[in-house]
Amino acid sequence: MSQVPISWFLMLSAALFSLGVAGFLFRRNIITVFMSIELMLNAVNLSFIAFAYQHKQVDGNLFAFFVMVVAAAEAAVGLAIILTVFKNRKTLNIDEVDSMKN
Amino acid sequence: MDLILFLIFAAIALVCAVNVVVQTHPISSAVSLIGVMGSLAILYLLLGAEFIAAAQVIVYAGAIMVLFVFVIMLLNAGKETVKGRSFMSQLLGVPVLIALLGLLGFLARHMYQPEVMVHFGGFQGGTAKAIGKALFTTYLLPFEVTSILILIAIVGAVVLARKEID
Repeated sequence: MSQVPISWFLMLSAALFSLGVAGFLFRRNIITVFMSIELMLNAVNLSFIAFAYQHKQVDGNLFAFFVMVVAAAEAAVGLAIILTVFKNRKTLNIDEVDSMKN
Repeated sequence: MDLILFLIFAAIALVCAVNVVVQTHPISSAVSLIGVMGSLAILYLLLGAEFIAAAQVIVYAGAIMVLFVFVIMLLNAGKETVKGRSFMSQLLGVPVLIALLGLLGFLARHMYQPEVMVHFGGFQGGTAKAIGKALFTTYLLPFEVTSILILIAIVGAVVLARKEID
């Protein structure tokens, strides 16, 4: 048996997504939270490509491509926002960035 | 052979992903994330998506992670300090996470019967030629909209990160 069931790829994707959710909720450093979002996007990409294999169609690959493009744009803007937050607040801890709370 | 390849790189991806979450220093998380992305590129190759595998290495592991590491070093980000977490989140966090994972795994296992088996070369439609053809015919409008999105992202990043001159 040298073939891999497609559901194993989906389970790996689910595990990576769950870890991304855990990092997003659990971590307090704004850069690590942002990296957890990238991890979730990667997990979704793996699902798209597994489905593209399953249906033998190229469309899943294109969705993954678009996710990648949006992730690149998001990373550029998000890191610029992090730079601005750090410039104004002198902290990277998301617990201390709470001026909209009151 | 395909099974061994999958198991090795799935294990690397999982270990690196756990490392992303548990490391306290952001630079360790970033390096682990590069490991996740590299091993996912191998899995994309196994699934026949060779263009996306190349783009994964170039765009994700190359461009985006360099941007991350650059920002971490620019801001001189140190270890994160953990203040008190609520009792409920400590108690329920991991069990709820395992329940979510179990539910997703169960769905993935039982939604698709009979199961498709993956072997290398089983799908040849992920080449650059096929992707380009679909990108410039069926998906032409999303592709053009993407260029506007990137333009907006460039302008936004410049506006957010510039120095106040006056």
